[in-house]
Amino acid sequence: MLEIHNLTKIYDGKVIAVDNVSFEVKKGEFLAVIGLSGSGKSTLLRCINRLIEPTSGQIMWNNIDITSASQNEMRNVRRKIGMVFQHFNLVSRSKVITNVLSGRLGYINPALSLINRFPQKDIEMALKQLDRVGIADQAYKRADELSGGQQQRVGVARAMMQEPEIILADEPVASLDPVLAHSIMQYLEKLNKEDGVTILCSLHFLDLVHEYADRAIALNQGQLMFDGPPKEIDDARFRSIYGQEAKRVG
Amino acid sequence: MEREKSLIKSVSFGLAILFGMIIYAYGFNVTKVNFETTRSEKRLTQLSRIMRALAHPSLFVYEKEELEVMAPIYLPCPKTQVQIHNPDTSDSYLILTPNCAGPGEIITVEGYNIWPNTKGPINFLALSGVNLTIGNLQSDANGYFKAKVKLPKRQPVDVAQMIRVLPRRNIGNPEFSDVAKSTWDKIIETVFLALLATTFGTLLAIPVSFFAARNLMSSQKSPLTNVAFSTIGWPLGILIGLQTALTFKSFVIQLFVEDVLIRSSIGSVLGIGLTWSVIQWLFPKKQDQSNLRKHKIVQSVTVILCVLISILTIYMIANLALVLGQVLIEPLGPIGFVGNFISQLGDVLIMVLPAATALLGGGTLGLAGNKLGQYVSDHMSPQVIKITNICATALAGAVIGGILGNTIDWFYQLDNPQQTLYLPMSIGAILGALVSLRISHKHPIPIGYVTYYVTRTILNATRSIEPLVMVIVFVVWVGIGPFAGSLALALHTIAALAKLYSEQVESIAPGPLEAVRATGANRLQTIVYAVIPQIIPPYISFTMYRWDINVRMSTIIGFAGGGGIGFLLQQNINLLDYRAASVQMLAIAIVVATMDYISAVIRERFV
Ligand SMILES: Nc1ncnc2c1ncn2[C@@H]1O[C@H](COP(=O)(O)OP(=O)(O)O)[C@@H](O)[C@H]1O
Ligand SMILES: [Mg+2]
Repeated sequence: MLEIHNLTKIYDGKVIAVDNVSFEVKKGEFLAVIGLSGSGKSTLLRCINRLIEPTSGQIMWNNIDITSASQNEMRNVRRKIGMVFQHFNLVSRSKVITNVLSGRLGYINPALSLINRFPQKDIEMALKQLDRVGIADQAYKRADELSGGQQQRVGVARAMMQEPEIILADEPVASLDPVLAHSIMQYLEKLNKEDGVTILCSLHFLDLVHEYADRAIALNQGQLMFDGPPKEIDDARFRSIYGQEAKRVG
Repeated sequence: MEREKSLIKSVSFGLAILFGMIIYAYGFNVTKVNFETTRSEKRLTQLSRIMRALAHPSLFVYEKEELEVMAPIYLPCPKTQVQIHNPDTSDSYLILTPNCAGPGEIITVEGYNIWPNTKGPINFLALSGVNLTIGNLQSDANGYFKAKVKLPKRQPVDVAQMIRVLPRRNIGNPEFSDVAKSTWDKIIETVFLALLATTFGTLLAIPVSFFAARNLMSSQKSPLTNVAFSTIGWPLGILIGLQTALTFKSFVIQLFVEDVLIRSSIGSVLGIGLTWSVIQWLFPKKQDQSNLRKHKIVQSVTVILCVLISILTIYMIANLALVLGQVLIEPLGPIGFVGNFISQLGDVLIMVLPAATALLGGGTLGLAGNKLGQYVSDHMSPQVIKITNICATALAGAVIGGILGNTIDWFYQLDNPQQTLYLPMSIGAILGALVSLRISHKHPIPIGYVTYYVTRTILNATRSIEPLVMVIVFVVWVGIGPFAGSLALALHTIAALAKLYSEQVESIAPGPLEAVRATGANRLQTIVYAVIPQIIPPYISFTMYRWDINVRMSTIIGFAGGGGIGFLLQQNINLLDYRAASVQMLAIAIVVATMDYISAVIRERFV
């Protein structure tokens, strides 16, 4: 259970990126976050694992107050929250397997990890996760030798290495063509349905929202405009989210 | 309107040109530009003489043989009849016309049957035994030469004195000249000077560069209480570390009063064995996290013990190396320098260990202070937090004030503790207390930024002093020679490379960093997994670039006493021995070109 109360993020004292947003996410839910670009989706997601420090508000997760957690506690919180990024964010010069293994960094002995030593069971787990996303044969290639779709699968595998309870996916398919987009979304769906991972996923296309999400929240200029099942987004709601001139496509 | 604008434009353009001309005119004036001198006859002959000398590097020498031919001369002409000198025309002989003359007069010397195509001096051998060179000969293909020489102004003597010519010719094969040999020695020294400076400079620049990278440091913030405790912990730890190291040092010295070799060997082996077994016990092969967690206190105590034992062991090893190296020099013979190397390594270890231990101690207590501060603000009641916070911050302020005061005292020797100790400490304490009253104990202090600016300032200041200037200080410290040069170059390398490196760190892609941070990785892990892989190619490329600079720099650092080939070059230039200087310039050109080529190859391979 993730509860967000009155979350506000103001950049440099000027730009209000997230404006007093409150909502809840139940365990095992697939929640879509929609909104125009610049509406604050990335900021909202990054506030949850405090890659960005919120300006005010409270984030409670399993009775832990994330917003006031110390650095040590954050390590334990973050390792249970996987993250998938629009631009994959792989370390391009490292091997695929190293990228996947870096998902374990929150768990393993820091001293040993500094000399690139991972426990055998973690290496086996990494290969298993790569196999699960269908690119086990690429494990020892350099990450930048892979295609975009393959790189995003590495990104998903890395998040899975954390054995997460939540995955934050920030427009995971915005850099991919539609076919690949569906395959990545299906992986996320599988994680959600089979492993019971809660998923917060910001999305651009409403058809993807309708197809995969249980629930959607919508942001417009940092404010929460909608919270409910995707099918309730009718024309009026659509315009309040995307602006008066927007036309529905797809 | 438009016209007005264009008018203003042309006027300001004209003014800009005028301004530029004034600047250059002033520049010509202060740099004393004077093309008159470049055309003067005298200077042009000098120039061509030097250029020709430079084109004749004295690389080789031949063994020479001389032919001595003499003829009598009367200086001045005697009153009686001059004896006719009849040379043996079947051998080499000289004809002087006239064969008597007054001092300072010019006579003609002709030689016959001399070795063809040779050169040599023409001497005047005075009765007193003085030997004056009064001219040079150059024989033609037939062994004939003719030269006009001016007789010296000497006391009149009645009897005949001698004109002697010494044509010289090379025999045997050419050999490397002494100049070439010493140049070879020095150029080797130069290359290694550059190598050592680059290696050690790079190794130290890498960690420093992280502290000078804005993107890594800007996010580092720490609550006030943590910072305060940490500020107290650092200097305390440094003191304790330093004291520990020095105690160990004197302990080891006492222990090794005699039988150094045997005792230090036994000590080293014991120490290594002990350390290794403690590490084995601490980190069992099977990673059982829960088991590790159980005896945390035992674990910490063991870690500290283990570190202490390791420091002691390193001292023993260093002593062993120091002695063993010296012992090895003799039996190793031609590769005796390896023994010296081992010995020097031992010495370096002994020298840096106190500093390293002090840093370790400081880091440990600094971290411990941080933890303690966190513990206090997490677990104590608000009252206790408030009081602890005020005390800690005031103490931290006092510590900073004391350190600043002490530094000032060291530089300016004020010898006035009132002003250099008590006053700054109390000001620091008051400021600290004020800060803790003004802001909350959880207020994030941007220690990252502070570190960033301090590091940057030190780097910039160091970088702006050329190694050629820096070496002067080092020469005072360690004496004239390549060691001073290496130190100066290494220090400058650290400053310059750390800046270049840190700019590379600043320009890395932030995405991977964010992704690794999101997995729960700590700072060090983030650097190892997200930063280092991204910066390896530019680091290699900058290191090679610096290597180029260091090779070039090491060729002239000898001008200021820093060893290497520059020393020879400067010496020869001062002695006006341009042919010898030319050998050194040649060597520099060859080395720089070769290193350029090698670094280009390496860069291509890795980047
Ligand atoms: N680091 C930053 N500094 C200042 N403003 C930012 C920063 N990141 C985002 N913003 C601003 O915050 C707003 C929300 O951005 P973002 O969260 O990236 O939206 P979205 O992900 O929906 O496109 C935008 O107006 C953007 O310009
Ligand atoms: Mg975004």
